[in-house]
Amino acid sequence: MTTTTRPPTPSPAPARAGAVADVARITGLVVLTGVLVVVAFASITLGTRGVGVSTIIRSFTDYDPDSTAQTVIRELRVPRTIIGILAGMALGLGGALLQGVTRNPLADPSIMGTTNGASAAIVVTIMVFGAQSLHTYVWFGFLGAAAATFLVYAVASFGREGATPVKLALAGAAVSAGLYSLITGIVMTNLDALNEMRVWQVGSLASRGWPILHQVWPFFVVGILAALVTARWLNGLALGDDIATALGQRVARTRGLVFVIVTVLAGSAVAACGPIVFVGLVVPHLARAICGPDYRWTLPYTLLLSPILLLAADIVGRLVMRPGELQVGVVLGVIGAPAFILLVRRRNLAEL
Amino acid sequence: MTDLLDRPADQPAAPEPTVRVRRGRRFRQARVVVVTTILGAVAFALFVATMMIGSFPVSAWEVIASTFRLQDDPSIDFIVRDLRLPTAVTALAVGLALGMSGLIFQKLLGNPLASPDFVGISSGASMFAAVAIITFHASGLVVSGVALLGAVLSAGAIYLFAWRDGVTGYRFVLIGIGVSEFFVAITGYVIARAQVSDARAAMSWLVGSVGQAGATELRILLVSLAVLLPLSLLMGRQLGVIELGDDAAQGLGLRVQAARLGLLTVSVLLVALATAAAGPVAFVALIAGPIAVRLLRGQGSGLLAAAFVGAIIVLLADLVAAHALPAALPTGVVTGGIGAPYLIWLLATVNREGRGG
Amino acid sequence: MTSHDLRAEDLTLGYADVDIVSHLDVQVPDGRITVIVGANACGKSTLLRGLARLLKPRSGAVLLDGKAVQDLRSVDVAKVVGLLPQTPVAPDGITVADLVGRGRYPHQGFFRRWSPEDDAAVEAAMEATGTADLAERPISALSGGQRQRVWVAMALAQDTDLVLLDEPTTYLDITHQVELLDLLTDLNRAHGKTIVIVLHDLNLACRYADHLIAMKSGAIVREGAPQDIIDADLVSDVFGLSSDIVPDPVSGTPMVVPRGRHHVATPAL
Repeated sequence: MTTTTRPPTPSPAPARAGAVADVARITGLVVLTGVLVVVAFASITLGTRGVGVSTIIRSFTDYDPDSTAQTVIRELRVPRTIIGILAGMALGLGGALLQGVTRNPLADPSIMGTTNGASAAIVVTIMVFGAQSLHTYVWFGFLGAAAATFLVYAVASFGREGATPVKLALAGAAVSAGLYSLITGIVMTNLDALNEMRVWQVGSLASRGWPILHQVWPFFVVGILAALVTARWLNGLALGDDIATALGQRVARTRGLVFVIVTVLAGSAVAACGPIVFVGLVVPHLARAICGPDYRWTLPYTLLLSPILLLAADIVGRLVMRPGELQVGVVLGVIGAPAFILLVRRRNLAEL
Repeated sequence: MTDLLDRPADQPAAPEPTVRVRRGRRFRQARVVVVTTILGAVAFALFVATMMIGSFPVSAWEVIASTFRLQDDPSIDFIVRDLRLPTAVTALAVGLALGMSGLIFQKLLGNPLASPDFVGISSGASMFAAVAIITFHASGLVVSGVALLGAVLSAGAIYLFAWRDGVTGYRFVLIGIGVSEFFVAITGYVIARAQVSDARAAMSWLVGSVGQAGATELRILLVSLAVLLPLSLLMGRQLGVIELGDDAAQGLGLRVQAARLGLLTVSVLLVALATAAAGPVAFVALIAGPIAVRLLRGQGSGLLAAAFVGAIIVLLADLVAAHALPAALPTGVVTGGIGAPYLIWLLATVNREGRGG
Repeated sequence: MTSHDLRAEDLTLGYADVDIVSHLDVQVPDGRITVIVGANACGKSTLLRGLARLLKPRSGAVLLDGKAVQDLRSVDVAKVVGLLPQTPVAPDGITVADLVGRGRYPHQGFFRRWSPEDDAAVEAAMEATGTADLAERPISALSGGQRQRVWVAMALAQDTDLVLLDEPTTYLDITHQVELLDLLTDLNRAHGKTIVIVLHDLNLACRYADHLIAMKSGAIVREGAPQDIIDADLVSDVFGLSSDIVPDPVSGTPMVVPRGRHHVATPAL
């Protein structure tokens, strides 16, 4: 890729400028953490009158089943919000990792096979066993996502050079394409599958409660923690395989590990909430536009921005169409995409 | 010319590598011609085959004779020309257009994933078509026209948004992602809010099928292809230089912005017209190019080969969708399943010889 | 080889809202090897891109044989001035011979395709760079040094009287660096090609340059034959490095021996 649009940084006093930028970036992270807390609070309390922090705490410590407000918060809002936060983080980080490891701005769980793997597993389950509960889908979805991601990596790893970015991207696209045919083929001939998929495929936080959270939280936590330590590897890979090798990285092993983490992150997120493409595809670019191409910053920014946007969009979706809901994916696309376009226009984005 | 050849007399010339390089080029060129010809022949054979099969089988000769008006036989002519030819021609034309435009996009934007499906062109067409079908109960030619408009408008919007002292491939891809997400969201919203019957109509258009093209769309597509395909082939040389990166291309004397705009225009028109005729048939544009490039071992521009591969995928998908499955399905359901396993096989085997990319 | 005059007058270049090179005058000596050196981000690559017509001047002009390059047709410039950029992109799966052949672009018309002349130029370029044996190999299967030689071959196949190269020795080990610079010297001596190189290694620059240009903050600090211009003050000014200058035991050209904070056994000369 060319470097035409990247002006060289002026040489005088780079160290001091770097320190100033670091302070700004840390401040940004603190502010975003605050925003996340506010958004999460709003997501829990919105629409229920006179609810404060004390009500939330009381609904757990001193639960009164007769209080509608407490029940709504305890059984619906809190798990939904926690899933939103974790799934948002997982999707965002999954996208950032895939983009880093393939050095491709278009790589995200939905085009690299993960999402279609989950969908395919779910429709096959429905075709064989009939419609099931949401939390059965989570297991099958996770397995499908893992199998598809593994297949992508295996196909790309054949041959002498191993899994190069180009081969990974193509293998991901090919696996996605094949699974897409399988999914639409079943959906168009199986009414059960059509009905279930129509709901699942949109991607939503609605009716995600404690059972699902109990199923997936260990995957989320392990995946998110593991993802955060990959920053240095991704920075190395960003310079190209040759330089990364020269810097002492074992490129093939690094790629393999990153793929395992992506499988855990994206697999569990897609299984729990369905495909919410925007978060995995766009938020990493958003983070990069704000804090620059260094993954030691990109990953934390993605970590915070993803759940903020997801929860905010979820809240907007709940507000605009009462008593119904507008799906998160729709809100993110309609509001988030134009904002993203403006940002790309205004900034000189460093390339992957 | 080449002063490099005017060696001083005392320096002995080394003819062997020179001859070998020239011979190598001829051999590679011959290979490109042979592979491309074979792909073309396969595409033609499938084109004929799709018209042979059906409740009333027709022989290959009868299909060819009737299609090219070599002899008249009213009953055969009715089956071939009136019933089966339109679908077969649509499949052929849509495949050619998608295959070629997909490879142009991938080379132009320097990204193997940057097919028109993923950078916002097809999603623009889909959004416009879905709104037309659901909100205005449009059908047939109107939907096609609106889809064409949608594809061209979204491509224009991406180009304008990405313009800043010129357009780089990378910025075009990023803006394309944004535009695509926007249209996909609206499409999803419109379908989710629609009556069930309207939603089903819209969804079946969105899957894409070569059977849904009307006579007018087909005629427009064919006339445009007659102009656009040769034009794309002529621009293949510019494309071969652009894919070396903007700096290298400019160093070689290419006016990069003009060439990029020209190539984008041609390939957007190809996608838009194909989509207008058959809907956004999925994954053909994405997969045809890489398959062609690998079959040619990276030689030449591969544009014509990619067009043939696209046609093969769509024709084969049409055959499978219409005849090989328990229930007849839209073509778009099958295209991914046809091309993907082959691309996976190519990726896995061609690379073992160290020839991949 | 026809002689050419490439020069910049009052040239200002920049990206977005930053000027990188400002009001600079320079003339590329015809038939010589010119090397541009300077610390990172001093504007040397920008100057090279400006000379190759890749950047539009903010002010002033780049003149080729007396005419502003912006007013000339791109292909006409490309028949005289060739450029090897810092980060060219090798298309997926392309072979060496095919890539070198792309260098023939400016010599072909919209309808005039491959000719025996093109064959001859490609062959000569591959022979000169020792890449003829690699002709059928895919680029992705080559080592870094081989790859760089292929790119140089592409620039040579363009068959221009002037060749500009932006850090062509990056990624190369010391053997390949010397080999590449020897090759460029061969081309200069045997065929009279004018060569301009942006180079990081100051000692190789001193050895191979007929004409050395030292840049700092977008301006030329000093230029001339290496032995005339290189001294400890210049190195300290341009690179902010304290050093001793000794004659290179092999070539006799100036050699810059850096004085770091450790392992310094002798007082400054």
